[in-house]
Amino acid sequence: MKYKFLLVASVLATARPVALKSAQESIDIYHDKLGPRFIPVSLEGYSGEALSALKFDLEIQGFEITSADQAQYLISGHNSTSLVGRVIDRLNKTALLAKEYTGGAARSQAHAFSDEIVEKLVGRKGIARTKIAFKVDTGQNSEIYFADYDGYNAIRVTQDSTISRDPTWVPGRRVLLYTSYKDGNPDIYLHDLSGGTRRPFARYPGLNAGAAVSPDGRRVAMVLSKNGSPDIYVRDIDGSSLTQLTRTREDESSPCWSPDGRTICFTSRAAGRAALYTVSAGGGDMRRLRTEGAINCTEPDWSPDGKTIVFTANMGGFQICTVSAIGGGATPLVGGEDPCWAPNSRTVIFTRRTGGKRVVSLLDVPTKRVKDVRQVSGSCSQPSWAK
Amino acid sequence: MKHSMIHRGLFVFTLVLALGATGCKLRPKGPTPIPGQRPGVTGTGTAFPPEDVGRVGAGEGPTGRQIDPNLQGFPPGRFDPGRSDQDRGTLASYTVYFDFDRSAIKSSERGKIESVAGYLKSNPGVGVLVEGHCDERGTEQYNLSLGEHRALAIREYLVNLGIDGNRVYTITFGEDKPVDPGHNEAAWAKNRRGEFVVLRPKQ
Repeated sequence: MKYKFLLVASVLATARPVALKSAQESIDIYHDKLGPRFIPVSLEGYSGEALSALKFDLEIQGFEITSADQAQYLISGHNSTSLVGRVIDRLNKTALLAKEYTGGAARSQAHAFSDEIVEKLVGRKGIARTKIAFKVDTGQNSEIYFADYDGYNAIRVTQDSTISRDPTWVPGRRVLLYTSYKDGNPDIYLHDLSGGTRRPFARYPGLNAGAAVSPDGRRVAMVLSKNGSPDIYVRDIDGSSLTQLTRTREDESSPCWSPDGRTICFTSRAAGRAALYTVSAGGGDMRRLRTEGAINCTEPDWSPDGKTIVFTANMGGFQICTVSAIGGGATPLVGGEDPCWAPNSRTVIFTRRTGGKRVVSLLDVPTKRVKDVRQVSGSCSQPSWAK
Repeated sequence: MKHSMIHRGLFVFTLVLALGATGCKLRPKGPTPIPGQRPGVTGTGTAFPPEDVGRVGAGEGPTGRQIDPNLQGFPPGRFDPGRSDQDRGTLASYTVYFDFDRSAIKSSERGKIESVAGYLKSNPGVGVLVEGHCDERGTEQYNLSLGEHRALAIREYLVNLGIDGNRVYTITFGEDKPVDPGHNEAAWAKNRRGEFVVLRPKQ
């Protein structure tokens, strides 16, 4: 057992759901009417990889590292082959957490500790041990990689010397879908990372792209042009029951799913310029999603809690924006494109263009803090967060 | 309803043949059916509201025209690079350029497509691959669909000029293959394009 102590913690957490829920309501920054603010914590006694991982994990999840006399919580300990961590509430002097993490690499131990800190202090699951996938440009071609959420331990998935792009995870599984030109046509492949096997998933005439898997892992929404125009389709992940959801002469792109699997949000130029629409996953009329204040809206992604859609607006530069899932006023956040929610419905991974190349970054939505993940050399883009 | 559509299609087709035989130059007003393929959308599902379809293409210049809401476009064939040799040189000077965020064929570009149609008519043994490309100002997934739409618009134009749709393949590269890596309007204008690649059967 790698994380003995973590197991104990999760048992405790499930035994006290009421206490955790009330903590979330009182501290959750996103819904704080006073506006976004950081939670000040001090961090003492750590060094090397463990220190940098702890700092990154906390800063991207709404915490600010301060001196001890300004901190609300004191985090301290030490690390060598194992990591010892303590969390003390500075005001009432109570110890909230005291554990030792053994096994695994220094970064893994730090991530396990930060996940427990986040869960203990704000009642939300930490994201430090989640995975991401992204595209890396290699000259004229591009390959798919996956990595820890902070970009460390990146592993190349494809080696096809062609264009591979738009990776997306099958929820709950170590399986990716992506588009590859390896047979000369943009086709969608399903790639099992555990076994290293892949199979073609969609090889229709024309474009096969933009795959997005339903939250239950059973259906795949995608863009096909086999009927003469790029439209949204849904097919079962086993390959059966293809349904065409849109029938416009204009182009559709980037479908995503509501967490209940009933609705698909996507981009269409049906009204002459790019805008967000929704359609029932079973078929029906497409409806415009209002995004007041934002134009040229593309690349929607629906938060796992169902409340918020994050997307890219193009208003003389790409902007990451959010809008309520029922539509309304759009909130511009930071410059960037191709956003994808983390499992916590709070952090977003996206692409920034800087100095002629693309960089994958994380955004803490309530505080608007941005941190680049560790980059593989070349341009990195089109990130997808495993859920 | 369906019968009357087929009859109308046959009538237009016959008219094209008749006019073609007398040497008149005709720009077909309606889409020409692709041999062996049914042009209409079949199956169930909700057709896009006609009033919105009518708006598509409005204000985009001379190519904006009313679209039959029952007709979605010309289904493309699957491009298989293993079956043909690609010749990028022969039609290189006929690259079609597009306005920003548009897939409509500009009047200035029509002559190029008509020349390509002429080439295909005099070389019945070859096919053509139409590559759709975009500038970097759209988002990446959006551009992949836009590039496909541009390629399909060129293909539709060729089919309307009497080229068998089975000879015209499309592929989109979105913004992945710019000809000019610059970040200015001059570069973007060159990158919003449709390129023609001649496909010759492998010997």
